[in-house]
Amino acid sequence: MIEAILVMFGIGAACGLTLSVASKVFYVYEDPRIAEVEWHMAGANCGGCGYAGCSAAAVAVVEGKAPPSACVITDTESAINIAAIMGVDPGSAEALISSNTCLGGNRADDKYHYMGVNSCQALDAFYGGKRVCSIGCLGLGDCIKACNFDAIAIGPNGYPVVDENKCVGCGACEKVCPKNILTVRTMSQRLLHFNEEDDALAPCRQTCPAEIDIPLYISQIKDGDYEGAVHTIRERNPLLLSCGRVCPHPCESYCRRSIEDEPVSINQLKRFVADLEMNSGKRLPIPCAPDTGKRIAVVGGGPAGLSCAYFLRRLGHEVTIYEAMPEMGGIIRYGIPEYRLPQKVLAWEIEGILNLGIEHHTNMRLGVDFDLDSLITKGFDAIFLGVGAWNDYNLKIEGEDLKGSFKGIDFLSRVASGEKVPIGRRAAVIGGGNSAIDCVRTLVRLGAKEVYIVYRRTRKEMPANEVEIVAAEHEGIKFHFLAAPVSVVGDDNGNVTHLEYLKMELGEPDASGRRRPVTIEGSETLMEIDMLITAIGQTPDVSFTQKERRLEDLEITRWKTIDNNPETLQSSIPYIFTGGDSATGPSLVVTAIGGGRRAAASIHQYLSGEPVEPPEKSLFQKHIKESIFDSVDGVKKTPRAEMPELEVKERIKSMDEVDLVLDEKDAIYESKRCLSCCRLCYNRDEIAQSN
Amino acid sequence: MGDYIVLAISCILINNILLAQYLGNCPFLGTSKKMETAVGMAMAVVFVLVLAGVITWIVNTFILQRFGLEYLRTLSFILVIAALVQFVEMFLKKSIPALYAGLGIFLPLITTNCAVMGVCLINVNEEYTFLQALVTSFSYAVGFGLALILFAGVRERILLARVPKPLQDTSIALVTAGILSLTFFAFKGMV
Repeated sequence: MIEAILVMFGIGAACGLTLSVASKVFYVYEDPRIAEVEWHMAGANCGGCGYAGCSAAAVAVVEGKAPPSACVITDTESAINIAAIMGVDPGSAEALISSNTCLGGNRADDKYHYMGVNSCQALDAFYGGKRVCSIGCLGLGDCIKACNFDAIAIGPNGYPVVDENKCVGCGACEKVCPKNILTVRTMSQRLLHFNEEDDALAPCRQTCPAEIDIPLYISQIKDGDYEGAVHTIRERNPLLLSCGRVCPHPCESYCRRSIEDEPVSINQLKRFVADLEMNSGKRLPIPCAPDTGKRIAVVGGGPAGLSCAYFLRRLGHEVTIYEAMPEMGGIIRYGIPEYRLPQKVLAWEIEGILNLGIEHHTNMRLGVDFDLDSLITKGFDAIFLGVGAWNDYNLKIEGEDLKGSFKGIDFLSRVASGEKVPIGRRAAVIGGGNSAIDCVRTLVRLGAKEVYIVYRRTRKEMPANEVEIVAAEHEGIKFHFLAAPVSVVGDDNGNVTHLEYLKMELGEPDASGRRRPVTIEGSETLMEIDMLITAIGQTPDVSFTQKERRLEDLEITRWKTIDNNPETLQSSIPYIFTGGDSATGPSLVVTAIGGGRRAAASIHQYLSGEPVEPPEKSLFQKHIKESIFDSVDGVKKTPRAEMPELEVKERIKSMDEVDLVLDEKDAIYESKRCLSCCRLCYNRDEIAQSN
Repeated sequence: MGDYIVLAISCILINNILLAQYLGNCPFLGTSKKMETAVGMAMAVVFVLVLAGVITWIVNTFILQRFGLEYLRTLSFILVIAALVQFVEMFLKKSIPALYAGLGIFLPLITTNCAVMGVCLINVNEEYTFLQALVTSFSYAVGFGLALILFAGVRERILLARVPKPLQDTSIALVTAGILSLTFFAFKGMV
């Protein structure tokens, strides 16, 4: 017996001794954080994170290969603890939530009868699936089998439904889904996502420069979830009140319903929910990721700057906006007249964005009140230049600087600033764009008796929004088409008295596809006026680049825009990004908003030390070919909900808002007209019935 | 020489540790979901089993048998194997980091594996010589690897099959293991 004890003791001692010597001899320095991180993990070695056991996962976290939230079993608290150990951006400790693009509904037609194995992945291998439509859910439930937490079930419509309470965001469902139907993302990842070629994107959503998930918010309106709709829009566009009023909605021209019927009134629905939030008197909370400690200066408080600041703030960065004018808002504050976008509405919207914790300084003009050097000295890590396009083009004709002669944006911003601009009795506005229409409609309201538009092409070629042209016609504006101004004639006191123009006729189409106007010799005509506004376009004012050496390397294009990579919006100086009109030249508000988010995503990449580049399968300013149809069967024509507006007689007396909002009944009626493209695989015969 | 080849074949195919002796079933089911993991595990088992077979043979021959303490085999083998695996892990980490990166995570999983333990006890019970013990340990490990990798291949295919609900996952894996084991029975009587 004693022998046995001694032998076991001996073996034990030998083993212990060898191990302790070995641990000394073979000592390898190991980051002490690995042990600490492992302590916070579940210790179940379940492999749910994708690493072989908890220690492997801990090593991956410490090496920065896995986020602090890698462990799929523990709760958010331990992810926060791990983030604290690592001292990293706890932004990645945000909850991951699986969400589903598919809405359910009727099925698209079958391509063939499938009798293979019961798996989406196998079905996908056969010509991409058995449905006519190749993007939708296949419905065989690979995601359900993959979910270890029972969080997914096939819903009543045959599509997976995620139980958010059970979902831990492990990503298993996303990995097995061959169709990108289920996506597991944190809020930051959702904000940073751009359209990709294999996303299930409705044509409207592909067209929107801000990439708003239009079918989703319309279906939320249909279900009465107005708050959800506002949140959906806010993930892509922080200026929904403004866009809901002034956006020329390029999305509606691609609406699939418009192939057979009038398009869905997408923008009116956006305005409906946005107004509902404003009129409710309480702001919906906007979540932001935890602070990252990075600081960004945004130069320009217009739509691009506000959008960029908003998205950077939501990603957890610290943002300061510098605005040259006395009020925030840029061109939508000063260039868009009150009757289209009331200043009260804009102010409420901007306040909501600044409330996220964005610092702002007004009356600060780059190159005058501060310069780039001072921003760098203040410790900003990146800079966004969204200075807009405020320099009006000159006509370059004689007499342009006579008294009573104005420039478009200059005139509009002076009116918007509350300045009393002397208004003539007979006023002419030269130009065919939205600014020109804004000028004439403003002039009518400010008391001009006769207002003309002088445009060198015809109505068909006018770049202004159709609705704006129609409104101007209703308000009694007179249009002089095919007229090219030659000179402005003044009296002895230097006041404008006449505009001399040449008549034109249309010739061959030019590069833009519009027929080039050709002058008719000897057709000089005089037009009696006492006020003239030229609104023929603007360029960015980039004079600030001349004022400091640091900006010498900032490349400027020949259109005076800041040269940039159109997808990442990074300028020729790596830490300077741009967006909005100063990047693209004068364009839509919604383009500036989309650009603001694009720049925010690039700045986020730049600050995280990642290469600044667009996603691999980026779908930028392109459409997915197969999603653009020639015809849609089974759509029964239903008129779109008519937008209420002020009577012409009433509206030309004041600057009151002309367009009114849809009421709830009409909004729901309109939302039902949406075909929910790419949210449900529809059977064309059944649309006819449901209508 | 011929004897050793016969011994190796009988260990790999006929008395396959997993499919004929039913030892080491936990890693067989646990690490066979993915081919990649199965290959890593197979390599680690070969490595550990050879070392463990050799060292337990030495412990048994020179300590336990000398003092007539054969009844302490199980206890002392556990102790020795556990210490050995720990030692090897430390050694690899320091000296051959590349090998550690490949096998490291599987080593602790094998510490108390019954297949390892079983092979060591078989070696002793059959009263093999040192060289025979070395060959059997290596061959059993290869057999383990073979069965595990075959099984992982089958399981990857099963994922795509239409399996009745009550039989999904582990149930169908056990049924598959049974069928796989039957095929190995065809080797019976070969030697």
